[in-house]
Amino acid sequence: MTSPADLSLVGREFSPEEAQFNDLIAEDSRIEPRDWMPDAYRKTLIRQISQHAHSEIIGMQPESNWISRAPSLKRKAILIAKVQDEAGHGLYLYSAAQTLGISREEMTDQLLEGKAKYSSIFNYTTPTWADMGSIGWLVDGAAIANQVPLCRASYGPYGRAMVRICKEESFHQRQGFEILLELMQGTEEQRRMAQESVNRWYWPALMMFGPPDDESPNSTQSMAWKIKRFSNDELRQRFVGMLVPQAEVLGVTLPDPNLKWNEEKQAYDMSEIDWDEFHEVIAGRGPANAERMRRRREAHENGAWVREAAAAYARKQAA
Amino acid sequence: MMSTPGETGTEAWPLWEVFVRANRGLSHVHVGSLHAPDADMAVRNARDLYTRRNEGVSIWVVPADAITTSDPDAKGAFFESPAGKNYRHAVYYTKSEGVKHL
Amino acid sequence: MSDEHDIDPHGEVSVDRIRLADEYAGESARHGAVASTDVAEYAMRLGDDALVLAQHLGDWISRAPELEEDVALGNIALDLIGHARSLLHYAGTDTGRSEDDLAYFRDEPDFRNAWLFEQPNGDFAHTIARGLVASVYLVELYAALTESTDLTLAAIAAKSAKEVDYHRDHAIQWTVRLAGGTEESRRRMIVGIGDTWPYVEELFRDDELVERLAAQGVAVLPSSLRAGFDAMIADVFAEAKLELPTGRHAYIAAGGGRQGKHTEHLGPLLAEMQVLARAHPGASW
Repeated sequence: MTSPADLSLVGREFSPEEAQFNDLIAEDSRIEPRDWMPDAYRKTLIRQISQHAHSEIIGMQPESNWISRAPSLKRKAILIAKVQDEAGHGLYLYSAAQTLGISREEMTDQLLEGKAKYSSIFNYTTPTWADMGSIGWLVDGAAIANQVPLCRASYGPYGRAMVRICKEESFHQRQGFEILLELMQGTEEQRRMAQESVNRWYWPALMMFGPPDDESPNSTQSMAWKIKRFSNDELRQRFVGMLVPQAEVLGVTLPDPNLKWNEEKQAYDMSEIDWDEFHEVIAGRGPANAERMRRRREAHENGAWVREAAAAYARKQAA
Repeated sequence: MMSTPGETGTEAWPLWEVFVRANRGLSHVHVGSLHAPDADMAVRNARDLYTRRNEGVSIWVVPADAITTSDPDAKGAFFESPAGKNYRHAVYYTKSEGVKHL
Repeated sequence: MSDEHDIDPHGEVSVDRIRLADEYAGESARHGAVASTDVAEYAMRLGDDALVLAQHLGDWISRAPELEEDVALGNIALDLIGHARSLLHYAGTDTGRSEDDLAYFRDEPDFRNAWLFEQPNGDFAHTIARGLVASVYLVELYAALTESTDLTLAAIAAKSAKEVDYHRDHAIQWTVRLAGGTEESRRRMIVGIGDTWPYVEELFRDDELVERLAAQGVAVLPSSLRAGFDAMIADVFAEAKLELPTGRHAYIAAGGGRQGKHTEHLGPLLAEMQVLARAHPGASW
């Protein structure tokens, strides 16, 4: 008998369904929508996937603010394609969550009623064009580092959505890097714009990996269920390891005076993250929490008559 | 028998499953789902959503509630029969190994 | 698509190997030729139409009535930016200016778009009405322009014709649905059409430039596109049970965009579009 993937089962007999679920997880196989699954597994997935979907949708806002002002037509096209991808990724994820028995309408309501979370990184604002670079390089970079292991998540529809998302996102980080590279090779003013933006986004991007492992209550169960494959700190450390040489190519300074390779640990030493700021933003006191929700709600409400019209037309045609 | 997972029957725009033929000579393969008020819009939304990067030459959309699936709880029994009938596979016939063009 | 093969669990994502197509349609047909002053002016008219409409549509992204529609409107905006880039790139060959010089460093009186394209988004019905007029016109235009004796314009038209065909389809689908949906959507669609129709006539006005170019087989006479436009609109309106605005509400706007005269909407649109580029003249992005 394999040790149970559902940690609440430790120390008791399991039913045949529970045993089958366990075996599938142990074999690194996939759980599919109609399979039996523990309620807590279903709830965790719905929470995680819908949060992820909401993050994609809310995450369109800080970048779409610059579509109208993009400084060249090529950059305008790239930015539209990227923000459009985010809408697409939100849709893939809502579809995956929907296979667990929740409708997109319910998820949207949860978001608009403030009952569902989204990644707090999108509550920061984008005062300069360089932020389009930093979001691509740092925020999408962190997101990709988080997401790539999710392509192997034990829930089939989630893993499949993530494969598609990861493939499409391969251009997001590169275009961000190239925006910063252009700026760093440009005028004095452009270089300053790039460095200040990196200073703004570096720490929030590192916070995207979540609290330190010893303060991350849900992580252990998620790892046992193979929804999550690496711990928050492991992923954060790996990400910083990728950033350091990239920052050298760019010629930007990462805003951490204590960032240094530790030969003995085979890892980077870094300053303590300011988790107070993280908790402030999560608690709704970030720079743009209210604005993000207002704009999402407005779009939803302004679109209601259009959605109703199309549904009414379809009913008439079917009649 | 059950319909495909996802359709709740409560939403204003129903759920559609999307199948894309990547190239001539290949089958349509399931790529995901979307919402649309009707079939005409569903196929257009599918074009915009699932073929932005030249992923397809043909699209099918099917209302999610029109798909019937096998009962997953009966999975073991439903798919038991093929097991043990190895004579359906070429590798079962070992005596002809090494004989050319077989 | 197997995740094991495409995705490295340690953070590397394979980048699709595809053959990248020309970024500017018509570039390979051009063979280094530069546009004459007349042709440049004509290309600028078409390019500005596409650019200004794309700039408006970009505002819908993250604000559309449904997420699927964010993606659809984004695709249309991207197609139009592609048309604008190809056309302005070609227009610039006359004076040695880039597409971005033309987009970002011309003032309002130098823009040559027709008034239709600068009209605001309004509600979704206004955007659809404007999109319907624009796309039905552009389908007729690009279909005819594929026969241009100017090979660059013909190549740009050939690429664009296929894309605006889809834009027209999108606009028709929504026109029919809004007109035949709820009472409210029908009312809004009728208002949208009423507010848009004054800008139809300018699209089909000939002037000396197009007459000169049409005589050489380079340009298409706008007036020659009217019959095709009217026939298509009549079909759509018959299906949607809509009528052309009549009587007191059938305004015809003065027009003048081709000569650099514009409505109150273009100035603010350009101010926003150009603000960053103009704050850093000569910078590269």
